[in-house]
Order: sequence, then C-alpha cells, then structure tokens
Amino acid sequence: MTNKSLASRRYVIIGIFMAVGIVYVLRLAYLQIIDDTYKELADRNALRHITQYPSRGLIYDRHGKLLVYNEAVYDLMVIPKQVRLKDTNEFCSLLKISREDFIKKMDKAKKYSYYAPSIFEKQISKEDFAPIQEKIYEYEGFYAQKRTLRYYPDGVASHVLGYIGEVSEGMIEKNPYYKRGDYIGMSGLEKFYEDILRGKKGSKITLVDVHNREKGSFADGKFDTNAISGQNLYSTIDLELQKYAEKIMANKRGCIIAIEPSSGEVLCFVSAPYYDPNLLVGRVRSKNYKMLSEDISKPLFNRVLMAEYPPGSIFKVAQSLIALDMGVITRNTGFACDKGLVGCHNHPSATCVEDAIKMSCNPYFYRVFQRIVQQTNPKTGKIDSKYGLSLWTSAAKRMGFGTKLDIDLPGVRSGYIPDTAFYNKWYPGGWNFYTIYSNSIGQGEVGVNPLQMANFAALVANRGWYITPHIVRSFGDDTNKRMFKKYTKKHYSFIASDYWDIAVKGMWGTVHEAGGTARRARIDDIAICGKTGTAENIGDDHSVFICFAPMVSPKIAVAVYIENAKGGGGSWAAPIASLIVEKYVRGEVLRTEFEKTYIEVQPCQNLPIKRQIKTKK
Amino acid sequence: MYRGGRNILGKLDWGIILMYLFLVFFGWMNIYAAVYNGEGSIFDFSSRYGKQLVWIGAALLMALFVIILDPKFFSQTSNVIYAFFILLLIAVLFMGSETKGAKSWFGVGDFGIQPSEFAKVATALALAKALSGIGVDFNDWKTKLTAIMLVTIPMLLVFLQNDTGSALVFGAFVLVLFREGLSSYVLIFGLVCVVLFLLALLLNQYLLIAIFFLLFLLSWLFFHFRYKKISIWLFIGMFAFCSLFVLGVDFLFENALGQHQKDRIEVLIGKKQDFQGVGYNVNQSKIAIGSGGFIGKGFLNGTQTKFNFVPEQDTDFIFCTIGEEWGFIGSTIVVVVYVLLCIRLVKMAERQRSKFSRIYGYGVASIIFFHFFVNIGMTIGLLPVIGIPLPFVSYGGSSLWAFTLLLFIFVREDASRLELV
Repeated sequence: MTNKSLASRRYVIIGIFMAVGIVYVLRLAYLQIIDDTYKELADRNALRHITQYPSRGLIYDRHGKLLVYNEAVYDLMVIPKQVRLKDTNEFCSLLKISREDFIKKMDKAKKYSYYAPSIFEKQISKEDFAPIQEKIYEYEGFYAQKRTLRYYPDGVASHVLGYIGEVSEGMIEKNPYYKRGDYIGMSGLEKFYEDILRGKKGSKITLVDVHNREKGSFADGKFDTNAISGQNLYSTIDLELQKYAEKIMANKRGCIIAIEPSSGEVLCFVSAPYYDPNLLVGRVRSKNYKMLSEDISKPLFNRVLMAEYPPGSIFKVAQSLIALDMGVITRNTGFACDKGLVGCHNHPSATCVEDAIKMSCNPYFYRVFQRIVQQTNPKTGKIDSKYGLSLWTSAAKRMGFGTKLDIDLPGVRSGYIPDTAFYNKWYPGGWNFYTIYSNSIGQGEVGVNPLQMANFAALVANRGWYITPHIVRSFGDDTNKRMFKKYTKKHYSFIASDYWDIAVKGMWGTVHEAGGTARRARIDDIAICGKTGTAENIGDDHSVFICFAPMVSPKIAVAVYIENAKGGGGSWAAPIASLIVEKYVRGEVLRTEFEKTYIEVQPCQNLPIKRQIKTKK
Repeated sequence: MYRGGRNILGKLDWGIILMYLFLVFFGWMNIYAAVYNGEGSIFDFSSRYGKQLVWIGAALLMALFVIILDPKFFSQTSNVIYAFFILLLIAVLFMGSETKGAKSWFGVGDFGIQPSEFAKVATALALAKALSGIGVDFNDWKTKLTAIMLVTIPMLLVFLQNDTGSALVFGAFVLVLFREGLSSYVLIFGLVCVVLFLLALLLNQYLLIAIFFLLFLLSWLFFHFRYKKISIWLFIGMFAFCSLFVLGVDFLFENALGQHQKDRIEVLIGKKQDFQGVGYNVNQSKIAIGSGGFIGKGFLNGTQTKFNFVPEQDTDFIFCTIGEEWGFIGSTIVVVVYVLLCIRLVKMAERQRSKFSRIYGYGVASIIFFHFFVNIGMTIGLLPVIGIPLPFVSYGGSSLWAFTLLLFIFVREDASRLELV
C-alpha cells in the first residue's frame, strides 16, 4: 500500500470519532430532552414528600367539656431501598420487636414498594418514641411521621362519637383525597362529620441525600402546603347526664335517649351494652374490635338507631291523638275493659281518653283502632278498612314513626308503620281490622326505634311539633361557630292543640294519679308526663317508657327501653327514666336509695356482657 | 537542535491548549460541584476539589517543563522510559497497594501514584519509536510483532493488576497500527466479533447458527449463479467460524469472565435489571444525566450529584455531574470538544514531518478517544461499566498528569515540526 493511501486512512479514523460523537449527542438528546422519566426518578430519589397531617377537630359537649381530643403518636416510616442498619439487634430492641417481626415488617414494606415510604411500625406513643427519636438519624432509611390519635377523657358515648380507622382500599378508589394509611371516620359523628372534622392534609417537600439525611426544604418551601386543622364539633350531649345514663345502663341491655324538646337537641344517647371508645384507638384497635364484634351481646350495635322494637303501649298515646283528630272518638268516649277482645290487667273501665292512657287499657285501644280503621270511605259510602288504615298510616308518619329521622349519625333506620300495600301483599286473600288489630296496642307490624320514641315524647311535649333530633349544634372554632339550618325547622303533626292537652293530661296521670301505670316514676316536685309500655316478643317482655318533664315548658323528653326485663314499663323503664329526668331537671338525684336500687338491679336475663377493662389512663 | 525559547509560544498549537484548559477547569468545577456540601473554601486542600487544584497546578508546571524541554529528549529516551514503566508495572504487582480490588497504586501516605496511567504515555512513545526507525517497514512481520509486543506487555501487566479497564485502553493502539498499515480486515474482523458477541448473548445460539447457515447458503447460491467461479469453501469457512464463535462466546462468557463483568454486560444488553445491585451505578447515572434536561439544573444545584446518589461521581462518573447540572447543552459541548480535540490531534499528526511525531500523535488521539468513548458511553448506558477516567476532567493526580504529559509531549513535538530534524 502506498503512503498516500495509508494517509487517507485518517478519514476512516476521523469518521469513527465523529460517528461516536454523533451517537453520543443523540443519546444525550434522548436521555435529557425526549425521555423525561429521569427527571421524575431524580426527584423521587432526592425529594421526600412528607404529609403534614392535620389535627382532627375536637368534639365538645353542650357545656364545652371535651368529649374527644387528639394525642400525638408517631408512625415509623421506612424506605426499603435506603435501609442500612449497622446493628439490627439494637434496632429491634429499641423498637421492642423481635427479629422475626423485623423481617416480616421489612418484607411487607418491600412488597409495597422499594422506593416509596410505608409504615414500618405504627402509632408509637410519645413515651415510647422518645428513645427512638434520639437515635433515628443512625438508622438510614427510617424516619418518623407525626400522627394524631383520638382519645376520650371519660370514655363515654361510644355510639354517638363513633371511631376512626384506616381508610379502606375501596374508599381510596372512590375519593382520591385519601391515601393509604389515612384515618377516616368509620362510624358515629366521626363518620357523619368526616369532612368537617378531618381538615386538610398539607405536604412538605424536603431534600434528602443518598443516606436519607434531610438536607433542608425544597425550593425554600415554595411548594409546601400547611395542614389545615379540622373544625370542632359543638355537640348537644350533656356529658354529666350521659355519664349518669351509662352508669345506670352498665349492667342492662337497652337504651336511654333524652332530647330537649324545644330544640331537638339530644342530651344523652346510650345504647347498652356499650364500650369504652378508647378501646378502638391505636395499636390495640384491631384486637379489641375483633373482641367486640364477636361479643354475643353486640356492644357495637347501635340500638338507638338500628333496633326496631315493637313500641308496645306507648303507642296508645299516638292512637289516641290520631283517633281524636279523626273525630272517631271524643275526649269522653268510654269503652268497657272487655278482656274478651284482648288481654288486659285488672282495672276499672276507662270512661275518657285520659283514663285509658293512664291505665293503659288494651280493649279500649282495640276499640279505638277499630274505629280508626273501620271508617266510611266518602267516595264509596261504605265501610272501608283500607281507607281507614291509609289515613292512620300517614298520621303516624307525621309523628315521626315509620320515617327516617334525619339525625346526624349514620345508620339510622326508619322503623315500620304498615300500610295498605303491605297488608295487600301480606294477606293476598284479603284482610280487615281483625287481621291487623295487634297494631292497636303497639304490637303487630309496627316497628319503632328508640330515637323515634324519644322524638315522639318531644313531639307531645311540644304539643304538636318536633325538631329533628340532632347531636351537633354547631361547628367551627370558638370564635366562629356555624349552625345547621335543617335542625331549626319544626315538623308539625297537624293535630289540633286541644287533643295534645288530652294526651298530656293522660300521661301526667300515668305517673302522678292513682291507677296510673308509672307511679314509680313519680317525683313530688317535678311534673312528669309519661307512658309505659310492655312490648311482647320472643323471650321476656321489653320494658318501655317515654316521658317528658316538666309538664309546663318541658326541658327534657326521655325514652327508656330495657330489653327482656321480665316486667312492664312501670317496673323498670319508668323509674329509670325518672332518674334521668331528675338528674337533668334538678341537677342531682335526691332519691338516693331509689337511685341505688335501679343502678344495681339487673333486670335483663342471661346478660352476656363482658365488662371491658379500660386500657388507657 | 532547539535554540532559545523566544518564539516557542508562537509555535504552540493554542487550539489544542485551549481545549485542554477548558476540559481541565470545567472538570474542576464539576469536581467541586460533586464534592460541594455548602461549606469550605475552594482552597481547602483536604477536600477533593482542593487537592485537584494542586494536581492541576502541578500538571501545568509539567506542561511548561515539557515545552521548554528539547523535543528530541522524548524520541531519544523513549525506550528507556518504556523499560522504566514496565519495571514499575511489575513492581506494583508486588509492592502496590490495593484500591477497589485493583492492585495498581504506589502509595506514599495520603498520596498515590498509578503507574498504569503513565505506562500509556511510555507505550505511545516506544511504539512511535519502534515504527519510525529508518528502514522500518510495517509490512515486515518482525515490525508487526515488535509493535504487538510493545502494546501487549504493558496490557497484560495492567490486566494482572486486576485493572481490566486500564488494560483495555491499550487496545486503542489498534488505531495507530491501522494508520501505519495494519490490514483493514483486522478492524472489520474486530467489528464482526463484537457484533457476533452481542448476538450470541442476546439470541439463542442454535437459532443463530441456523440463521448463519441460511445466510451463507443463500449468498453462496447468489454468487455461484452470478459469477460461477466462487469457491464454496469460503462460505463454509465463514459459516464454520461464525458458528464456532457463537458457541465459544457462551463458553467464554460463562468461564472466562468474572461475575461482576458478566453482570455488567448483562445489565447493559438488558438481560438483567437490577437497579439495586450491579445496575445501580448506571441507572443512577442515567437518572442524573436525564434529569438535567435541556439547560441543566444549574451549577451546584444537582440533587443526584449533591446528595451522592451516583457513586464515583467525581472520578469515573464525573460526566453525570456535567449532565445533571449543565444539561444537554453542557454535555453536548463536552462531547463536541472531545471529538474536536481528537480530530485536531489526527490533523496535527498528519502534518508532522517526522514519522515519530506522527505515530506518537496518533497514539495520543487514540488513547484520549478511547477513554472518552468508554467513559461517556458507560455513563449514558451505551457501554458496560468499565472504570476508566474521563481525560482531563475526572478527579485524580495520576490520570491528569499522565494525560497532560501525553498531550504536551505531542504539542511540543508539533511546535518544532518545522525545525530541521
């Protein structure tokens, strides 16, 4: 080969140089301009998004006493990729976990993500966290995240307050606000007012180096947002009354619910057996939840809202009002106590509506209901049970029965008031008064929940209207409280006020007059108007009582329902209701012996309540 | 003979020197950025950037020294220099200190010297000397053998130090030999081997052999009917070679390479994805460069760099810092400067009147190019991880000094090219 042709080989070599240069520039263009996944990956490397959890709103009672507050706990977060432990044993002993636990937790975190943080150990209390905090910088790949948990200073009103728990996958899909590990209200006020209580999460972006050490805030905090605290709830619950009611119900099964008639505000709300809400907080939550849900006495079941009881004789007050208003009876209508129609206890025949209520005469209300149902249909001019029943159904619904009371708690049921369509379906061969007469005395197909009973007591106390019972009066903070409009609206039953006076008089007699069924509820200086009920069912009768007091400008309306009490409304529910009335109206209970009796008594049979031991404080 | 230094500065090729200075100081800025932690002065000599400043100062002094030296000094003493460094390479095997698995350092306290870096200069000189003698004909097999010996001896010694990357650098001299008359087939053969190697790793070997069979059969048929006089044995031979090569690759890959080398190759060709283990460096390096975007994050603002996500980011992976903080613009400028530098070196070599200078010039261009090619190729994920520094830019005294000497000896030769030999 000649020297000249060899010299031209320089172009081959220069060509190689240029080719490599061009390939590299193209590659750089691809990496740096076209493909932008790397930008994101670099951010993921170096930026740590720390969620700033807002503190949840507090819940107060009607006098400003705390029902729920927050306490700081710490979640220990882990980023598996960055974990470098010098001494795993030391780390384990600091966290008080075993080596196996450590491996299990690590595997779980890795399974979730190698790069993204997940919770390694959750809800470490402030006390336990102090020694960890001192050393956490040594453990690469771990950092702490502050959270708040709910605590209940008195451990009462579990069924009102509800509880919070980690948000479910389903909820995360439905609402993108929630992220894995967030807390959400699962029941009670916590669930109903979730949007108000939760506040708004913030986020802070910090720079971290390869060893997971924080290197200051990203872009001087330009992209950081502060958490906005949740708003407080100012409830209508009277803490003292609530505690008192729970004390009475500690060894019973049933409910007590009290309402301030003029406002619809719920004063106390007990569904027994209940539980200490502190049990469903923190790390013991899942264990305790399992225990409570397996308890055959169903402490998690909210009887006030969800139970559907036969109302029993308390329904006679409603029957009287409906019949009077329909004009099928007058105040002085009398019916003989004919035990051939329906069973009754021994008492003189009632000669007026007040007496019938006072003595709770079953045959009397059999006749009353008969007159209600067997009315002449003005269209056909014939006696038509369907016509009568449909009038009755709508009148009962106007009293809050058979409709969902729009209380600010989740899960409320509507109860049941049968209508013609129901019986048409139930009795395809036809029906008439004689097939449905049990409803006359609050048995049969009528189903009522205790909230509706208390609401009915408030309705009578107000002589014709009620405001939907509610737990929360206002929300916001101490300087700016806002109200809910729907809890100021009066719902009328459209029954003339004269008739209410008759009912009130009868209820007063029930407690205060000779022959009344609730004489045990009598307090000399407080005029209580009440009505007993003894609801028949499988097993022993339920003992029922509704009342309000005082008779003039009532302050409280109460419903007490004691399950399987082996006795009528007069023997258990009425005296218990009178204790609630006295406690609230007088502020203290003077009848100490009487009080002791009814607190200690265990009327319910086979009461399988496991008493829960408080775990906190 | 060189007489006086009054006009030597005017004869220097300032284009090359400016590119050199640009790379050295831009390199230093990026070392500063890679090490920077928000405190300390730039003259903190306990820090890496402070030390590099000292190395740079010393390198400039060396450059100056080389320039005032008689240019004949290097051509006359090249064999002595070569012998001296070969001895050093042998000595380091016994007396050297070990860093990261490679026994390639002479350590004196905090200070270390890596003879393999200087051995490249010595080899370039010795090769130039051997091929430039009067009456030496490259086509003579003795010349070829001498040339190959001169390159392979230091290559093997460096390989024995367990510094595979630096050993491979000696392969760059193929370009010099090519210029001096090595058959083009050697380059083509080398390229074919690389392609076959990759194919053998990526595809099933038997499938490949079947493809080869079809390919060679079809081309033989084509040639046979078109030109008639073609020997079937040529095609059989090629087919046999390719098939054996493919089978051999598998064997070699499994038996001759170390696990970390196998991993690096498998990660590169995408057979293995392990961002936590062997793929970590390259992945983080690509993240750093890719996140720089078009204009970069700005000096000292690289998060990948500042927070040490990329290992070796002031030495072998210094290009990440450039890519992250200076973006596409900055990294392209660096690539372009390297390519221009190498092309300029080739052009300068071609204008030499002395054969020694020309061959040496090609040696300089080949070594710098090879380092640039492998180092940047590795950081942008086009080549496997081979730990060799980026010339003039990476942190390290030995590397900077060796490259400075390498370059300035040639600059000196070039400056005196018009003088009488």
